[in-house]
Amino acid sequence: MTLAEAILAAHVGAPVHPGQLIDVPVDLVLANDITAPIAIREFEKIGVGKVFDRDKVVLVPDHFTPNKDIPSAEQCQQVRLFARRQELTHYFEVGRLGIEHVLLPEQGLVVPGDVVVGADSHTCTYGALGAFATGMGSTDIAVAMATGRIWMKVPPTFRFIYRGERRPWVGGKDLILYTIGKIGVDGARYMAMEFAGPAIESLPMDDRFTMSNMAIEAGGKAGLIAVDDVTRAYLAEHARRPYREFRSDPDAVFAETLEIDVSEIEPQVAFPHLPSNTRPISQVGNIPIDQVVIGSCTNGRIGDMRLAAEILRGRSVHPNVRCIVIPGSQEVMRQMIREGLAEVFLDAGAAISTPTCGPCLGGHMGILAAGERCVSTTNRNFIGRMGHRTSEVYLAGPAVAAASAVLGRIAGPDELPAPWA
Amino acid sequence: MKLTGKAWVFGDNIDTDVIIPARRLNMSTAEELAKYVMEDLDPSLAGKIEPGDIFVAGKNFGCGSSREHAPLALKGAGVACVIAESFARIFYRNAINIGLPILESPEAARRIRQGDRVTVDLSTGIITDETTGEQFQSEPYPEFILQIIRAGGLIAKTRQDLLGGAA
Repeated sequence: MTLAEAILAAHVGAPVHPGQLIDVPVDLVLANDITAPIAIREFEKIGVGKVFDRDKVVLVPDHFTPNKDIPSAEQCQQVRLFARRQELTHYFEVGRLGIEHVLLPEQGLVVPGDVVVGADSHTCTYGALGAFATGMGSTDIAVAMATGRIWMKVPPTFRFIYRGERRPWVGGKDLILYTIGKIGVDGARYMAMEFAGPAIESLPMDDRFTMSNMAIEAGGKAGLIAVDDVTRAYLAEHARRPYREFRSDPDAVFAETLEIDVSEIEPQVAFPHLPSNTRPISQVGNIPIDQVVIGSCTNGRIGDMRLAAEILRGRSVHPNVRCIVIPGSQEVMRQMIREGLAEVFLDAGAAISTPTCGPCLGGHMGILAAGERCVSTTNRNFIGRMGHRTSEVYLAGPAVAAASAVLGRIAGPDELPAPWA
Repeated sequence: MKLTGKAWVFGDNIDTDVIIPARRLNMSTAEELAKYVMEDLDPSLAGKIEPGDIFVAGKNFGCGSSREHAPLALKGAGVACVIAESFARIFYRNAINIGLPILESPEAARRIRQGDRVTVDLSTGIITDETTGEQFQSEPYPEFILQIIRAGGLIAKTRQDLLGGAA
């Protein structure tokens, strides 16, 4: 069996095969301030009274918080009151929260071998820890909250093997954008993606989260990476529960396999309006920009902040650009301050926001006007995603985003003059 | 059960942000969301859709976010059914769960033209383009999905399962 199949098989207590419909017990159920209100409404209709396990239902109001308007405040209030009524162990309030997919691994709530379902499409992020995690809608999540179980079809696995040495400034975001560019936004539709190979083994944990996070952008149901020493070192600091490691058997059957030589990959930029519309940075041309966003569940971790700060240190944000830095959690923000990164951003003329999904989905904290362009470390560049329907989002990693903020156009770090020049 | 309506034709990869942008997700009922359906593609579209109309789209319809608001907005706007070459996974589950009929038929998706009158027989999966007379057979639902549809959605099915049919 593949890694994905092995985790699901351990949960149902029998071997599984792709295409099989199974009823799976879940280890964690997640919803946010946008999806929980509908999930709560549907949950109440089921009539069970209490959630299946108050330790395993997690609610994170991260999208439109701190509350951006009255309707959002009311949605958050519904979530808060439900959490109190249900005496949920893991409800996170503004000031103690983070973007859900940055927060949950950091808090040790997800461990390898788990099955996690979340009413958020980027729930697939936890695949980086060797967990089977997938996004669903509110009604599915209502059922999981009530019963602790969910039906799903065992997905076939699409394996990606990355070899070779990464070039300077190339990180997890560039690898995943390149991959989506190769296979398209439905290239892994309904499949579990498994990222493997020597170039993954040498990839830091934060970059792995970025890759698994964007599996959904290729239509993937999950984006898994087997546990290795990098994962174990991360878990030693964060995990709150014992965990079980799984990996693909040597004779596992993969629906497809794609080998990628990462030494050929330049920093990537996904042009509007699909994440698959990628170009290497050398072929971008001269595109002036109005805004840069550095953050999100894709690139809001401390590794991302360090990379952006490395480029912004001693430099200034271009006069025509608003640069908005959003650490993914309170912990990331605290670390950013400890390491002096906050000061680097402030000195460069960037705004620092409290953790929120905010502009990524055009919620608040950086909405674009008609015709404006943004280089963003987020995950989607669909029409109207960050604001007006004629605005444009260019997806990139933190290095390209920071360099673009300095130069006022989409650019790679190699194009920057030395900070003292 | 048969549905007949006018076809609205769209391309590939219609994402959930286009179906209902996130700026509208501070609402959660079908009626409220319906006013803004597809607004970033065509701000006037919501006003032109008539109850019973049918959406026809290319591949990967509903890709992107998990927002159940997307099928809710379509249902609220009166869209009776979505026919597509293929659907994104989460959208497929959401549509079935809330009772928005969806059918997969690459042929129908390619052949049906904007404004054609289309009839869909949900019990047989046969799609008829009344304007051209062409007929298409859609992919049949797996038995488990049929159980959800017959129960009247996932919540109703869960109640049945939990209460042993007493619901």
